[in-house]
Amino acid sequence: MLDGFFLRALVAGIGVAAIAGPLGCFIVWRRLAYFGDTLSHAALLGVALGLLMEVNITLSVFAVAGLVALALMVLQRRASLSADALLGLLAHSSLAIGIVCLAFMTWVRMDLMGLLFGDILAVSKTDIAIIYAGGAAVLVVLALIWKPLFAGTVSRELAQAEGLNPGRADLVFMLLLSGTIAIAMKIVGVLLITALMLIPAAAARRFAATPEHMAVLAALAGVLSVIAGLFGSLEWDTPSGPSIVVAAMALFLLGLAPLPAIQRNR
Amino acid sequence: MAQAAKSSSPPDTLVSLTNAGVSRGEHWLVRGVSLSVNAGEIVTLIGPNGSGKSTSVKMALGIMAPNEGTATRSKGLRVGYVPQKLAIDWTLPLTVSRFMSLTGPVEGADADAALTETGIAHLAGSELRNLSGGEFQRAMLARAILRKPDLLVLDEPVQGVDFSGEIALYELVSKIRDRLGCGILMVSHDLHIVMAATDKVICLNGHVCCEGTPHAVAEDPAYRQLFGERAGTLAVYQHHHDHTHLPDGRVRHADGTITDDCHPGDGHHAHHEPDAHEEEHDHA
Repeated sequence: MLDGFFLRALVAGIGVAAIAGPLGCFIVWRRLAYFGDTLSHAALLGVALGLLMEVNITLSVFAVAGLVALALMVLQRRASLSADALLGLLAHSSLAIGIVCLAFMTWVRMDLMGLLFGDILAVSKTDIAIIYAGGAAVLVVLALIWKPLFAGTVSRELAQAEGLNPGRADLVFMLLLSGTIAIAMKIVGVLLITALMLIPAAAARRFAATPEHMAVLAALAGVLSVIAGLFGSLEWDTPSGPSIVVAAMALFLLGLAPLPAIQRNR
Repeated sequence: MAQAAKSSSPPDTLVSLTNAGVSRGEHWLVRGVSLSVNAGEIVTLIGPNGSGKSTSVKMALGIMAPNEGTATRSKGLRVGYVPQKLAIDWTLPLTVSRFMSLTGPVEGADADAALTETGIAHLAGSELRNLSGGEFQRAMLARAILRKPDLLVLDEPVQGVDFSGEIALYELVSKIRDRLGCGILMVSHDLHIVMAATDKVICLNGHVCCEGTPHAVAEDPAYRQLFGERAGTLAVYQHHHDHTHLPDGRVRHADGTITDDCHPGDGHHAHHEPDAHEEEHDHA
């Protein structure tokens, strides 16, 4: 049953989940769920622009998501609109603009469902190479900025007072997030990327004793979700992204089941 | 403005503010603050809520840049900071021992020693968010002293701590100062009672209202009766203000004039001669 395309999807999905988990921990800790959503919705605009200007789609998605992240950082600092409203405005308008742009480009035949919800059939060997090379880079950079980023998560002022540079770590983190969205888009689709980061991290929380422990567990939970989700997708002919998210959600619920031994320690 | 101050600091000055102020739009959070903390010195900031104590501390630490005046820190200054509040989210698995190495690597033995010194060694494995107010303050203090700082900054370190806990924490802070020889900049929640070991008290209310040294409580029988045996840790600061903050935010000066704002250099202050015009103030 393991056709070539399926194996490719599995390898790609595992790679994506391994990056999404640790980044997802920061999304959970810093309450950036809606922020992540906004960036991934902007990814669709990136696809449209990439097709229009005939550049690599992954690169154009990274660029657009990165720009939106920077714009949000600047706007949030000095906007009269609440952060929440600002995110909603940017998330949905960039999604809408992206879809409208794609509709205008009549010469491009684009599978919109695949863009929104992921398409395991579309994963190529090049995609796998991008995921693993890009993913390794994301994890290395994350490890490098871990201390200021985590200290800034606990208390930005504390980190700053004691000589770290949480502002720079935040900026780098936003770029890592944008990069991850760009490389994860094919597997789970733009609408569900945040879920792949968020749900495994949330599932890992209860079993983690330290933040680093939680990051590793989140990556593992994500990998499990991808494996379960993709097999389900193949079995029942369901779109890959939603299947993975359903599997992650099931894992999260399983984690809520009463485990007296663990509960005593927490 | 006030750029010249940089060169005038003596070598053992850890941090200094010179006529520093922070504004948000038209409104000044705090203005005209001048203070310095030297090595081995304890400086306590007091003042009512919203008087700019935390803002002044943040300027001194470089968290906030002054819009006016200067903030100068000595080169390579090592800071230990106990912020006013720290909200630890449920989603963050953070034990006391992991918290110790938040901003830099620490030796396990050093961490144990710091936790023992602050009396919470038994809580090393506990999650931070499960600690009580007093335990949390001690954990933050342990983390800050573990860095062996040149400058220890404590923003209301005794909030949420009961009275005997407050005295114990003050005793601990002066012991730490003696051991590390560090300068301490502290914000006190109390307008009149400060640590006896304080070298200098600065009273803020949008600007420096007055500054001076506290009087040891232990010398005054009435206070000794009130605070009991351990009153030696506490001291009373008597305010000498040359102006009064009116309820509508305006300021009445000693010369009878009323102004909307209050900052040095407006011609109404006599800070250099504190005995010239003494007027009971009504902060509390």
